[in-house]
Amino acid sequence: MGSALIELSAIERVFHLGDSEVHALRHLELAIDSGDYVAVMGPSGSGKSTLLNLLGLLDRPNAGTYHLEGRDVTTLSPEEQARVRSERIGFVFQSFHLVPRLTAAENIALPMTLAGIDPAQRAERVAQALADYGLSNRADHRPDQLSGGQRQRVAIARATIMQPAMILADEPTGNLDRATGEDVMRLLEELNSRGVTLIVVTHDTLLGARAHRQLLMEDGELRHDSAVLEKA
Amino acid sequence: MRAPDLIRFARDAATGNPLRASLLVLAMAIGVAAVVVLTALGDGARRYVVDEFSSLGTNLVIVLPGRSQTGGFNPGNAITNTPRDLTIDDAQALLRASSVQRVVPLAVGTSEISYGGKLREVMLAGTNAQFLEVRRLSLAQGRFLSEGDWRRGASEAVIGGKIRDELFGAQSALGQLIRVGDRRFRVVGVMSSTGQGLGMNTDELVIIPVSLAQAMFNSNTLFRIMVEAGSRESIDAAKTQVTEIIKLRHEGEEDVTVITQDAVLATFDKLLGTLTLAVAGIAAISLAVAGILVMNVMLVSVTQRTAEIGLLKALGATGATIRNAFLTEAAMLSLAGALVGYLLGQGAAALIRQLYPTFPAYPPDWAVIAGLSTALVTGIVFGVLPARQAARLDPVQSLAKR
Repeated sequence: MGSALIELSAIERVFHLGDSEVHALRHLELAIDSGDYVAVMGPSGSGKSTLLNLLGLLDRPNAGTYHLEGRDVTTLSPEEQARVRSERIGFVFQSFHLVPRLTAAENIALPMTLAGIDPAQRAERVAQALADYGLSNRADHRPDQLSGGQRQRVAIARATIMQPAMILADEPTGNLDRATGEDVMRLLEELNSRGVTLIVVTHDTLLGARAHRQLLMEDGELRHDSAVLEKA
Repeated sequence: MRAPDLIRFARDAATGNPLRASLLVLAMAIGVAAVVVLTALGDGARRYVVDEFSSLGTNLVIVLPGRSQTGGFNPGNAITNTPRDLTIDDAQALLRASSVQRVVPLAVGTSEISYGGKLREVMLAGTNAQFLEVRRLSLAQGRFLSEGDWRRGASEAVIGGKIRDELFGAQSALGQLIRVGDRRFRVVGVMSSTGQGLGMNTDELVIIPVSLAQAMFNSNTLFRIMVEAGSRESIDAAKTQVTEIIKLRHEGEEDVTVITQDAVLATFDKLLGTLTLAVAGIAAISLAVAGILVMNVMLVSVTQRTAEIGLLKALGATGATIRNAFLTEAAMLSLAGALVGYLLGQGAAALIRQLYPTFPAYPPDWAVIAGLSTALVTGIVFGVLPARQAARLDPVQSLAKR
């Protein structure tokens, strides 16, 4: 296999809660290949969300290094990290996190607006995304006028509009019923099949089982890695 | 983020909460309107006074009996304490000065006037023919006092419009004989109405030759001597010459006060200008208060929008972008408030002018510019803290808030 998309080595993340220290991540070693489909599972407080935040450059480790596409991103300045987030990473959240006052089209365009892409190109790509996700007739609706499934589709369209290398999804179906959750997962998996690395954090073992690789977190440590098992 | 996008984003964020936005705009508007209205009042007062003074006549030097300033010990004062009277001879002597164009002696007192059984107490002014031009007055009917020897005037009187109405009604006043005190005068002219002013109200004035007035009051002294200089430039020269002549005539003692209208005007101008400035300063405090309100509201807004800020960061917004977005929002709200306040203030000033047409309540340009820019600056300055707070938010924690 070629060089990994993500390489974490000796990652430590410690939170201070009053006097006590909480080790959210302990000595984490992890490599994820480009184009992989990984499910991160584990009970609450196991550190899986911390791992996702770290991978998304929203959080910094206390120790260890994180190489993204061969580049050490832990030492980057906040501005450079924002650039990497903008260009290489797409987020999908459990509670969608759409901006309520913006229309579906404007929400999808938001990453491009922030990146300063010119309006003509923005409109073109938003129209394409709206068509791809079956939202063309919902373009001018605000989030509160959309169903849960439509909202998550808007969120996925927004996450992919900058054509990122990876998508980080935190319980993407957590707020959806089974049928719409299934739709959303299919969309995400379709993106993965086109080469986007997909990392999903979930409680749901059924959902986790669909991934190519399962990671089980417990007490900030990696307890189980299906990829390691296969090799053994 | 491109500038138009930033502005649209800030505008949407501002209008996304109409109550918050309108409260902020209102606070800022009240501050700016206060500056505009109060400076309009202050500057209006200044203009009113200056205009009134100018209407007394231009290039005027006024001689008053007695010294108003104490200038140290003067041996003359030790001997004669009472100042000499200003006399008609003094006034006439002033005509010799090169920079003096016209001289008007003025004796003032009250007397009774009667005609056809009607009796009235009036203000009596004894003066000469030049009074009309020097004071920039005009006649409604007839003519003014005739030229001639100041010491032996003809028994002629010019009366004010109101007195004409009261004594003569619809009848013609010209040529009629009236009794003033114990003398009879022929009415030769009627003053045109000047309205209420700072000076004497000519509507209720009876003007007679100065010598007759003095005889009637049984005194030699003049109330004032008004001197008109040849030009604006020669006012100072006229003042010096007048002082010199009077001094010579009064045995070397400078026992008169000579004031120029310019000096009086300048004093009032300065005084009321300072007053306007002070009032503007007080009004500016309300702008500072509005600024603090901007800060408060923006801080609340940052707390309310933490999730959105976290999201923007996750989507690749830098701290600078978020700071600019919040600053732009604060600036836009302040600007809107400033514009609304400007219109409100101008409207209020216009209303005042409508209600009191003689009062020129125009806000000075400097106050309008200062008010608007103070509003903008306070809005932005007080927007910095919330904007920085927003930019510093930890995206993980902001996103965790639901």
